[in-house]
Amino acid sequence: MTKDIIGAGPSRRTILKGAGAGLLAAGFAPPVWAQSAPIKLGFQLHRTGIGAAYGRWYERTAQAALKLVNDGGGINGRPVEIVFEDDGTDPKRGAEVVEKLTSQHGCDAIFGPLFSHVVIGSAPRAGELKVPYLVCSEGYHVASGMLNRWTMQPGITDVRAQVSSMAPWVMENLGKKVTMVFPDYAFGHDHRDFFSAAVEAAGGEILAHIAIPPTETSFTRYLPQIPRDTEVLYHVMVGPAVLTFVKELGEFYGTGARPEIFGFIDSLEAVDTATPGLEFLEGTHFWEGHCRVKQPDASEHETAYRAAVGVDDNGASVTDTRDVATYAHMFSVWETLHVIKAGMEAAGYQGPEDRQKFVEAVEAMTEMPESLAHVQGAKVFNGKTHQVFGHQFISRVEGGKLMKVHTTSMEDGMYEDAVDYTAQSF
Amino acid sequence: MSGGARIWALHLALVAMLFAALFVLPTYHATNLARIMVLAVFAMGYNLAFGYTGLLSLGHAMFFAAGMFAMGLPVWHWGLGGGPALLLGLVAGGAMAGAVGLLALRTAGVSFMIVTLMFAQAGYLTILYFGQVTGGDEGFVVDAAARRLFGFDLSSDVPRYLAALALFAAAMAGCLWLVRSPFGRVMVAMRENEERSRMLGYDPFRVKLAALVISGVYAGAAGAAYGLLFGYVGGSFATIQYSILPMLYVLLGGAGTVLGPFLGALLMFYLIDITSGFTSAWLFFVGAALVLLILFAPKGILGTIRERGARWLP
Repeated sequence: MTKDIIGAGPSRRTILKGAGAGLLAAGFAPPVWAQSAPIKLGFQLHRTGIGAAYGRWYERTAQAALKLVNDGGGINGRPVEIVFEDDGTDPKRGAEVVEKLTSQHGCDAIFGPLFSHVVIGSAPRAGELKVPYLVCSEGYHVASGMLNRWTMQPGITDVRAQVSSMAPWVMENLGKKVTMVFPDYAFGHDHRDFFSAAVEAAGGEILAHIAIPPTETSFTRYLPQIPRDTEVLYHVMVGPAVLTFVKELGEFYGTGARPEIFGFIDSLEAVDTATPGLEFLEGTHFWEGHCRVKQPDASEHETAYRAAVGVDDNGASVTDTRDVATYAHMFSVWETLHVIKAGMEAAGYQGPEDRQKFVEAVEAMTEMPESLAHVQGAKVFNGKTHQVFGHQFISRVEGGKLMKVHTTSMEDGMYEDAVDYTAQSF
Repeated sequence: MSGGARIWALHLALVAMLFAALFVLPTYHATNLARIMVLAVFAMGYNLAFGYTGLLSLGHAMFFAAGMFAMGLPVWHWGLGGGPALLLGLVAGGAMAGAVGLLALRTAGVSFMIVTLMFAQAGYLTILYFGQVTGGDEGFVVDAAARRLFGFDLSSDVPRYLAALALFAAAMAGCLWLVRSPFGRVMVAMRENEERSRMLGYDPFRVKLAALVISGVYAGAAGAAYGLLFGYVGGSFATIQYSILPMLYVLLGGAGTVLGPFLGALLMFYLIDITSGFTSAWLFFVGAALVLLILFAPKGILGTIRERGARWLP
């Protein structure tokens, strides 16, 4: 028995709709690749472990950048693939992941890690495997000469540059007598050393260094150590402890007079500044690598980037406003992928045998003008130290939102070269 | 074939297979195997304390890190060569275990576990506190010039693999000899019934201290070798995770078996490697494996095999 189904056949309207959709799709169709094998890039991802909040957004940013690159014709006319491998934010696993991405997946280059200990633990293996390793870690360990010729940081400035470039503005606008609160391990020590030096160079004075042991969960016994004549309280805390820190700082000063407060947004990455308990931050200042809240003067590139990675004007996911982006750092992934594209195209990269040419091509880079490839702003790459330099932003919390009040000059963060990697052999 | 000959033949066959693996396996798996062999030495040391002597320690990360830093720091600060640095690591692991043992062995059972955990945590925080000297949480890269042993460049795949194999073979032979020696029997006696051993005239404190020091030497040797072979020394190796890992290897492979630590390290390494490739919940699989192990093979894989037939397995 047959059964007639009313409406099962295509109607004229359906056919027209289909034809329209087809034409539209053809217009925006991805490029038709010649029979070329894809360029494979490995992404060393902090999907689990202490870096997971960053990892989640780094993966999204990489996917968005990948789409843009492939829509624009890939690299050297070849499609690009990214293989993501979780390193658990652990240096031992990090080195194993470098091995896996290179030897098993056959990746042409590796990029993406943020946490310094993972980078330092993995870089030796990348050097041994002679695979380009482009890190997004902010660490001064690249430019200090600790690593090797295969390790580069072309997508984000390092802590030394960031911290040093803050000092002139802080001295001029907030005060000259500074007390620093920082975690008592390497990351905090970088802040202590480089900011103190920059403050003294700018004619300021460090009144006290208050180092917080890494296991501390309450800060009440440290806060009375802040000297009374402190004009600026500089803080850089990491992880969940920052919420307690700010809350206890608020209770400590109450409604009375308090010093100006300047912090690093690392403390509040992936945390909503309008979170209850953070009201005390109103009127305080933060360093931002990239402004989380869309600023009135945002460029067309920044706007396009924000849309591509799925972040709304307040810095949260467009699909979940509670999911705040690690916006101050994640641009590094986007920019690094574009540097890889530019480097491979400049080197005429064909395969792993051209890895050395690729490194040399990146080393030859200098000016990186603000563009869709460099959405955070213009940069200058130093091929000798394998480190990029750029602008930094200082924002003020206004109505629970971070609003930009200052952009540093590139020169504010520059320093003497400590190494010339180009003199090292491959 | 006599029992002794059969045992030595089995272990030598494993070493021969591992040697052959260098020429058969792809680079990725060969390097993994080099890592596994060094980690297995660490686990063998843990097994001597836990599997044979009954000392449930949660502080072995400290001995591993002591070896690693005693090797790495003189290289970093004073340019010491790889060979002497490796020996320093070995001595440091044993010395640290001796110092901790002198205090911690006044306790037993769960208290011993907690005291060793506290010492290890103090050790980790000390590394962070003296970050200017130790590299703190970031750690440091071991200079390529120091990564040479008897003229071989340990940053190259083949010499590195052979160095790991030599260490593994020596550690395994030492372990096998020890557990089959009279002292090894006394270690087992301490595990089985400390009071009866005391009644027979053995001093439990001395025996356990000696076992812990030997265990520390193994852990120190593994830590120093890991740093030297893979070029990185860092505070993360002193975290509690690295006290738990050798325990997992030993539990999985079989506590109180000579080959158990290697088998456990091998399986656990690949369990993590494979599962982390397709899920972020890879720790779930590690947990599930342990639950299954406790339910169906509480003595570990080789422990169960020994129980069910191969009673000659040491």
